[in-house]
This record gives sequence, structure tokens and C-alpha cells, in this order.
Amino acid sequence: MAKQKTAAPVRAAYVPRREDFVFLEGRELRIDTNFASLGYWKGVLLHFWHDKRAMTGLVIVLAIILLAILGPGMNAYGYKDIIKVVNDAGKKVIARGISPRIPALHTLFGGEAYSDAFADSSFLFGTDDMGRDLWTRTWEGARVSLIIAFVTILIDMIVGMSFGLISGFFGGAVDAVMQRFVEIANSVPRLVIVSVLAIFMPKGMSLVIVALLLTEWIGMSKIARAEMLKLKEQEYVLASRTLGAGSFHIIFRQILPNTIGPIITQVMFSIPTAIFTEAFLSFVGVGIVLPQCSIGSLIEDGFNNITTLPYQILPPILVLALLMLGFNFIGDGFREALAPKLEDM
Amino acid sequence: MAKYILKRVGMALLTLLIITFVLFVLVRIMPGNPFPSERMSDEQIANKRAELGLDDPILVQFVRYMSRLLQGDFGKGTSLYNGAPIKTVLGSCVSNSFRIGGLAILIGTAVGLLLGIAAALNRGRFLDGFCTVFSIIGVCVPSYVFLIFLQYTFSYKIPFFPYFFDANRFLFSSVLPSLSLSLFTMSTISRFTRNEMVEVFDSDYVRLAESKGLYGAKLVRRHVLRNALIPIVTVLAPLIVDLLTGALVVEKIYGINGIGKLMVDAIAGEGVDYNYVLALGILYSGLYIGIMLLVDILYGILDPRIRVSAKEAA
Repeated sequence: MAKQKTAAPVRAAYVPRREDFVFLEGRELRIDTNFASLGYWKGVLLHFWHDKRAMTGLVIVLAIILLAILGPGMNAYGYKDIIKVVNDAGKKVIARGISPRIPALHTLFGGEAYSDAFADSSFLFGTDDMGRDLWTRTWEGARVSLIIAFVTILIDMIVGMSFGLISGFFGGAVDAVMQRFVEIANSVPRLVIVSVLAIFMPKGMSLVIVALLLTEWIGMSKIARAEMLKLKEQEYVLASRTLGAGSFHIIFRQILPNTIGPIITQVMFSIPTAIFTEAFLSFVGVGIVLPQCSIGSLIEDGFNNITTLPYQILPPILVLALLMLGFNFIGDGFREALAPKLEDM
Repeated sequence: MAKYILKRVGMALLTLLIITFVLFVLVRIMPGNPFPSERMSDEQIANKRAELGLDDPILVQFVRYMSRLLQGDFGKGTSLYNGAPIKTVLGSCVSNSFRIGGLAILIGTAVGLLLGIAAALNRGRFLDGFCTVFSIIGVCVPSYVFLIFLQYTFSYKIPFFPYFFDANRFLFSSVLPSLSLSLFTMSTISRFTRNEMVEVFDSDYVRLAESKGLYGAKLVRRHVLRNALIPIVTVLAPLIVDLLTGALVVEKIYGINGIGKLMVDAIAGEGVDYNYVLALGILYSGLYIGIMLLVDILYGILDPRIRVSAKEAA
């Protein structure tokens, strides 16, 4: 075997120069912009922004929210107006079951043909069995469902978060009692809560809201508690405790801001659950009452007329499915943005 | 292990007792009276109340109700089915619901598992994409919407399946409701199985097994599947519970005489039938708690780590 040569040194030893010992003051300071450090939330937002799925979800949800705000006002009909039109014979009749103005849908499902007599009135989604404009009703329903979902989840978030944070922070006997309570509350099926509520309350929007308030906070409290258990051992808690901060200040001013990420993720998954529950309750007949409408009651209307006016069920179902899709995508995206795994990078 | 199970069972029974008590009190302190008052005079109502023991202290009433309940007697309905004993009505309803629900779980789990495994083995290829899309649709569209479409297409447009449930042709007429109920289970299980399996495939012990020369079906069966399947047991519990809720609407749509439809009749009709609400509330809570308990214990048996940590905690 040949004797190995020692490799020549790649670089000569570094000889210090004069400049190395001069202060930088007065010279141009350079900040690395290519690999600049990012704030936590800036990083999360950036990750979210580049997540195609999450952005699709965001666009879908925002579009539906926009339509729910503007949609009902886009034509002249109110959501409970029964529309009268002049038919071919020159008589004024109630515009019952006029099929959508979208040609492909009409050939697929039949129904009353879209005649030129209605050319001045634009029934984009058609009209229902009572002669009400489905475009207006769909977006009015979406509006009602979204309002219910947002309001209840917001309250649930506040209640569940406080409950979980307090339970986790104090620990010991307080935690044990509070957790037994959660355990029992969690083992009551939602259906049972709804059925008992149906005894006490009139059917309608308030019943849906109360039912959601009673059930959805549990998930939030569990997440808030888990986060609290993780965070309360951190140094900054000890530091503020040493500086004399009270429990209330530590829980809500110091720790809460750090738990907000996972809680927002949970909110994103709770909103579709709320919309689903509302649809379910209205469909069963204990939710929204006529002439008010929501996604659930619209689906029920559509189901009742499915053999005669099959197109009627399509808009609310599509809106429901798109909302589910959008919120789930946003939730997934947010979860990944908060805790990025290496494989996602 | 025995201690763990015993503790779990005791806790579940206690929870059920508390829920039953709260339900009972809530139903009893209801304002108004449980009898149609227009048809009865005050004296008749007072007599009826005394006969049913509604004027006794609530604890006495509860103990009496519980002792009857333990003998399987749910009392009588106030307005539904002309006050027939709830037990006889429940009997047929429970069997209908359970058979359809059981079928749905069976289809959902079996197909979901197969789909998930197939997707994980073909990661990044067409089947994987298909599985993803399928599971997204399954999660976003409620089961009753599927049923409405299936019913419209295969019972109305193409009259192949019966339009409503027919107890005489049980298997044939439960195809559509079971299938639509199973879709949510199917999509969730397939997605979960796929993700679990992919995770296990990337783990060190599978790499070790591969480097020892194990491959193909043997590797999947012995190392991947076994470890991937354990966590799936945990998602099964909430899925079954969701099935209970979904079954409510599905039974209403397809005209199935089940507990879901009974519940809808009890709460959504003109008058609310308190005794049915109470009986069904207890039944649902019992089912729910029972399923949770079963899954907890099953999980403890399947995964030794849970057992060990439970023992340490005890």
C-alpha cells in the first residue's frame, strides 16, 4: 500500500488585519434579510399563506360569508316574500316551483320550465314550493347558520377556556372536582341534552344556541387545560409569581396569550360542528321555525319536495358542504402552521 | 388489570346514576302538567297525580322509578302511542336500530380499513388521492344527505330499492340506510388508517425489520398493521356515538321504526312526551357510557402501555 501523503493545508493560517480591531461604528451595518428571524405570529401567518389547501378553505369561507351578507339584498325579493308573476296566459300567479335559471340543472332535474315570462325576474336558484326565491333564502339561511355558529362558539371559547385554564392552574382538589364535573358533562350525549331542552324551551333559534352552549365548551376546556399544564411550569410564570403577580393576572395575562394558538385551531373545528348540529336540529324539527330559515330547515324543505322539485335541495347542501370543507381546511392549515413538522417544510 | 377494569366500571355506573337522577329531576320539575288538561277536570287530574304518585317527595319518586327500571319497566308514555307501556314500544325499536347501526359499523369499518390500507400502500399514487378525496367528502356531507340522494336515485328514479323501510324485507331495505350511515365511519377510518400506517412505515422498527430482509405482505401484517390498528380503536368510540345522532335523521327519512325516530316523535311533535324523553335519555346515556367504557377497556387490553401507566397511577 502506498504511503499516504499528508494533504496540503487548504487555506493559509489567518493573519489578523487591522480592520478586525476597529469598531463597526460609523460603518454600514448589514442585516441579513434572506434569513431574517421571524416573529412567531409572522411565521405562522407565512406558513398559512403558503398552504394551498388552507388558502382554498379561506377563500371558500370568505366567499360564502360575503354572499351571506350581500346575497339576500341582491334581488328585490325578501326571504319570506311569496312572489307573484305573470304567466304566459297573462294571469298573475304565484311563482311556485320555477326551476333554476342554470340550463344544465334544468335538464337534469325537470320542474317547471323557465319561460320567457320570467325574463325580468332572475330566479338564479329557482323558487320553492311556496313561491319564494331560493337565492335569497339560501343566503339568508347561510347567514342565520353562520351567526348561530360564530356566536355560540365565541361564548363557548370564553367559557371553556376559562374553565380549563383555572382547572389546570390550580390543580389538586380544585382540578379533581372540576374534572369530575367535565367527565360527567361529557358523558351526556348531545341528543339527551337537546331532548331535555325541548321540554323546557320553545323550539327555535334559542334552543339551538343553548344546546350548543352546553356541549361545545368541553372540548375547549380540555385543550386549554392541557396547554396550561404544559405552560405553568415555565420560568416566566415563576418569574411573575416572584415579582408578586396574582393568580388571576398570571392565568389571563401571562399564560392565556400563549394558549391562543391551539384554541383557535379548536375553534376552527368547532364551527363546522356547530353548523352541522344546527342543520341536524332544524332538520329534525326542533331548530329554526318557519318562516325563518337556516341551512338545516332549507334542507328539510328540499327533502319534503324532493320528488316534485328536486333542485330545491341542492343550494343549501352545497353551501353546507362547502362550509364544512372550508373550515376543515382552515383548521388543518392552522394546526400545521402552529406546529410545523419537518416533512411539511 | 382487573382493578383497572373494576374502577372503570364503577365510575361508569356512578356517572350513569347521576345522569339518570338529573334527568329525572329535570323532567319532574317541568312546569305544566303531563296530562292533556282540556279533557280532564281538576279533580280528575288530582286523582291521576295521586295514582301515579306525582305528589310524593322527589327522592321517593326517584327510588320508585329506579326500582321499576331495574326490573326493565320504563313506565308508560303520556301522549305517544296512546300511553302504551314504553317497554313494548322500545323492544322493536331497539332491535331495528341496532341491526341497522351494527350493519353500518360493520360496513364502515371493513371498507374503511381496506381503503386506508390500500391508500397507505400506494402512497402518493392515484388510490391515495382517491382515498383523500373520498374521506373529505365523507366528512363534509352529513349522512342523511347521502341517504336523500340514494333514496332519490335508487328508489325513486330507478325503483330498485324500497322507498321506505320494510321490516319484512329487512336486509334488502336496510341497504340504503346502512350504507349512508356507514359513509362517515368509512371515511374517518380510512383516513385515520392511512395516516397511522404511513407513520408506522416511517418508524425505526419497520426500517429495522426491512433491513433484516422482511418485505411485502409479511412486513405489513406483522409489523405495520398491528401497531397501526391500535389507535383506530380509540376513534371508533366517537364514531359509534356520532352514528347514534346520524341515525336519528336517517330513521326519520327512511321511515324506520327505531329509537331515533322515537326520539324525534317524543321531542319534535306537538306535545313533548316526558316519559319517553326520560326513558330514551337513560337509554342513550347508557349506550354512550357503555361504548366509551368498552373502548377504554379494549384499548387497555390491546396496548400494554396503557395498562402499565394505569397501574402506576393507581
